[in-house]
Amino acid sequence: MEETREHLKQMISVAGLSGHEAPIHALLESAWQPLTDEQHTSRLGSLHALKRGRAKAPRNSLAIVTHMDAIGLMVKDVDAAGLLHLEAIGGIDARVLPGQLVTLHARGGDLPGVIVIPPAHALPEDQSSGVPSLAHLRVDTGLRPAQARRAVQVGDLISFATLPQELDGDLLVGHSLDNRACVAVLTETLRLLQTRTHAWDVWAVATVQEEITLFGALTSGYALRPTLAVVIDVTFAKSPGAPAHKAFEMNKGPALDWGPNTHPRLYKEVENLARRLEIPIQPSVYAQSSGTDAILLQVAAEGIPTAILSIPLRYMHTPVEIIHTKDIERAARLLAEFISGLDDAFMEKLRLDTPGEGEAS
Amino acid sequence: MAIRKKSAWKAPRLGAPELNLLERLSNASAVSGNEEAVRRIVLAEIKGLTDDVRVDALGNVLAVKHGRGSALPRVMLAAHMDEVGLMLTADDGDGIFRFELVGGLDERTLAGKPVWVGEKQHPGIIGAKPIHLTTAGERSNALTADALRIDLGPASAKKAKPGDWATFATRFARLGPSLRGKALDDRIGVATLIAILRHPPPNIDLLAAFTVQEEIGLRGARVAAYALKPDLAIALDCTPAMDLPVSDGRENTLYRSRLDGGPAIYVADGGTLADPRLVAHFRAVAETYAIPHQMRQPGGGQTDAGAIHKAGAGVPSLSISVPGRYLHTPAAIVRFDDWKNTLALVHAALGHIDRDTLKGAR
Repeated sequence: MEETREHLKQMISVAGLSGHEAPIHALLESAWQPLTDEQHTSRLGSLHALKRGRAKAPRNSLAIVTHMDAIGLMVKDVDAAGLLHLEAIGGIDARVLPGQLVTLHARGGDLPGVIVIPPAHALPEDQSSGVPSLAHLRVDTGLRPAQARRAVQVGDLISFATLPQELDGDLLVGHSLDNRACVAVLTETLRLLQTRTHAWDVWAVATVQEEITLFGALTSGYALRPTLAVVIDVTFAKSPGAPAHKAFEMNKGPALDWGPNTHPRLYKEVENLARRLEIPIQPSVYAQSSGTDAILLQVAAEGIPTAILSIPLRYMHTPVEIIHTKDIERAARLLAEFISGLDDAFMEKLRLDTPGEGEAS
Repeated sequence: MAIRKKSAWKAPRLGAPELNLLERLSNASAVSGNEEAVRRIVLAEIKGLTDDVRVDALGNVLAVKHGRGSALPRVMLAAHMDEVGLMLTADDGDGIFRFELVGGLDERTLAGKPVWVGEKQHPGIIGAKPIHLTTAGERSNALTADALRIDLGPASAKKAKPGDWATFATRFARLGPSLRGKALDDRIGVATLIAILRHPPPNIDLLAAFTVQEEIGLRGARVAAYALKPDLAIALDCTPAMDLPVSDGRENTLYRSRLDGGPAIYVADGGTLADPRLVAHFRAVAETYAIPHQMRQPGGGQTDAGAIHKAGAGVPSLSISVPGRYLHTPAAIVRFDDWKNTLALVHAALGHIDRDTLKGAR
């Protein structure tokens, strides 16, 4: 797990905004290369890594799907003063932006900068109290106007620059822990699988564009046609400001999500397994949409039975997200055990045309 | 008032050691009311440089360096050690703390920031509710300190307590021609004053005051000036550069000061009317020595001069500031060249102060 913690700190130190995932893709490709048998890249840029199972071909396959893209910003204009105007990539509350340290990914290399609020007299009257909207915030790179205009182009990407910070008690702070913490679950699962046997093929899938379109998951689902899929994403952890009934405890295990994007029998199987292994999980319900890759993965091709595991995370979509690394460990152990237990008969348990366990016939 | 340039004069150097000192000063946590961390650096840096050094009842560092000769003008130079910040005010349990602002910190910059709690800079963060759980109406209201908490994590619940101070966890950095730091207001003044103590002009008695509690009402400078009884005083500070373009393209006429404009010489601010003889002296020196400089626009804001000028029977005072953008936020930006020119101007101007400097009519 120590190795995975360092791997996660690396992951939240590289860029990879939605639609521009190359840096995190490269890091993962090399991290997964020794852990898997084949690596491929989808047409949209998702990483597919195959760890072959022991059963005779043709084998069933399980895809573990986590998005690797991150929220951030894009340069919309470089004005006469060399200040950068901004566009959001993904859902960002502008109120967390002023004073934020950022990294601008420019042609000539990365440049540090800071998000700033222009002085009141420089703002339109309706923006001069409270936090102005994103359209009025700027990035100052510290460069003189002519230097900035030479170095920066419209369309350049901007990542948060919060450094990974461990807190006492196995907490990790950083930006993009949504969803790199879940990619770490997948990497840790692959590590655990090195010393176990499994009959099914396992596809480790790091998807693109979740924060904007979910089309990475849709197209990877179509390309791989896995027999089953488990999506790993983050969920809200209890924290100041988050309504308690919509949030989960950190360090009490992953949440297992119940709702229309979840295959009900697959849910039961995972739930039962967690109970047998005494791995704590927190049941989580959503009435309509899980808000994850499962939304489109589930309806890829002829449909894929899908389960969703979530890691509780504080302050989602701010540059100071917090996760508990023990929850990563627990989710990985649950997944590795689940994979080891998959056999030829498993799909029979998921049939929706026969009554399930404990259901009336 | 003719100033003749001293041909042998050289501005004190600003190089790697000075930048390293400014970095340590800016990274140290010293919120108004607890300036210990910066005081320690100052005392170590000026050790052996002055004839006398003492720490007064409030925590000001007062150091005296006599010039060569007797009955020299007593010139006070003040730079404040404190910075705006936060104080933990209540323990909500599980490592979550309420906090209040200390000084005029820009409340709009609180949410979503890493912080350092206490002198040992224990790491924590100020979070914010996930955007997914907010409404559009909610997002149009500013997040005030009242609605936010400092989170140290449950395992660190005992590592902090109400009464501890906190600052933004912004590390000093060079950004091309600029410097970025959380507390350049006024550690850049502190660093400037230390540089001057390393190269003291021999024609004056230099009374250096590294002051406390500037950000909460110029409280340190008040007693420092009373104790030092200077003939005249210069406050070295950092003033807002509000020189960003105006949204509708109109000319920005309310910029206060501008980056790359050189040291900002005050005429009037919210705290004092600068002594015109000192204003004229600094302008004349700047022109004679061809040092870039600018006049700070009159208006609000104040420096230690606001307290010094009315200490005792009154002290002719002036403020000179390095222009800085985004003061009182997690990350201020100044230009290195403005700092260099500020040090050069103050040093050159001090070298020309004599008994006649204040002879003219006020």
